[in-house]
Amino acid sequence: MALSENEVLAGLAEIVAEETGVDAADVVGEKSFTDDLDIDSLSMMTIVTLAEEKFDVRIPDEDVKNLVTVGDAVKYITGAQA
Amino acid sequence: MTQMTINRGADYSRILGLGAARGENLVTNDDVAGPIDSSDEWIRQRTGISTRVRANATTSVIDLAERAARDAIAAAGIDASAIDTVILSTITYPVVTPAGAPVLAERLGCGTAASYDISAACAGYCYAIAQADALIRAGQSTYVLVVGAEKMSDFIDPTDRSISFLLGDGAGAVVMGPSTTPAVGPTVWGSKGEGAPLIGVTSTWLDVRDGADFPTLRQEGQPVFKWASFDMPKVAAKAIEVAGLSPADIQVFIPHQANMRIIDQMIKTVGLREDVAVGRDIADSGNTSAASIPLATERLLREGAAKSGDLALQIGFGAGLVYAAQVVVLP
Repeated sequence: MALSENEVLAGLAEIVAEETGVDAADVVGEKSFTDDLDIDSLSMMTIVTLAEEKFDVRIPDEDVKNLVTVGDAVKYITGAQA
Repeated sequence: MTQMTINRGADYSRILGLGAARGENLVTNDDVAGPIDSSDEWIRQRTGISTRVRANATTSVIDLAERAARDAIAAAGIDASAIDTVILSTITYPVVTPAGAPVLAERLGCGTAASYDISAACAGYCYAIAQADALIRAGQSTYVLVVGAEKMSDFIDPTDRSISFLLGDGAGAVVMGPSTTPAVGPTVWGSKGEGAPLIGVTSTWLDVRDGADFPTLRQEGQPVFKWASFDMPKVAAKAIEVAGLSPADIQVFIPHQANMRIIDQMIKTVGLREDVAVGRDIADSGNTSAASIPLATERLLREGAAKSGDLALQIGFGAGLVYAAQVVVLP
């Protein structure tokens, strides 16, 4: 069953916290992965791959650059679940 | 009808001796940061590299290979003339033909040894170990010299931000021979040709003939990182399984030295023991392609983090894309 945006956000925050040490509570919609959370491109690839596994979705490499904020990623993953 | 006679080989093969040679010069991050508008901190954080070793302009791939091979032969305790097969794995020998291996064999005094080069980039050492093991068990060879040798610095562009700043020069060599007990596990290997455009050189020799710049190495870092960090642990885990072992049996982990963050991700994913000794020679030697696994092995043994007889999981992966992994008993 498809997860809600809130459920995806919670799962994504868990991954980001585990990979980068950022507090999960800071992983919220408007935060930019690069500018606010200080996540570099290699960590981003790791997060994306872990998210693909966790949510059973496919996020092509060429789409990763469009995932600027946490909200972008949550929307993308929620939409890709269908 | 008269039947042919077919040799039967040894039951098993093993690594008898190992040798290493590193480029003569330590090149710091500050030395390479300028042309790529980077910094020591950025390079360390992204790659785990503090320095890389690069050879003198006058040192050739064969020079590096010869140094490592002489140490390996001495460590194996055999005479060079007993070696009947020489496999040189390299992507930086700048001669289309003849291959480097016959030249190396001649320098070492390996007589009429069968000698050939293989091109499997950063997986080349593990590819060559697979071949040597098979040749010995098939009875085709008795003592095989395997060398991974690279002078990557001949194919770098100082302004390239994708791979050049990672690269170092060196050679690692092992002598393999017959064994009465299993000491080289089955190799899990393969390729993914759709990834060929992800790592390679900027031009072919024909392009150069027609006016293009000398070829230098490039990679698309992010997809390669993803492939290495998440697909390669599955290959490594399979190599443990097909050897009839469990991750807890592995005492030493020696992955290709591509990026410290890939190494860390692999350890996490394969589920190796917390006290496993890990090859982290990349910090000081950089990425030396086919030489990186034997160089890292040499360092672990020299510094006492690993010892002779330990069970080591080694995995090479790189341009092709190609990969190979096997469990070996360290010499």
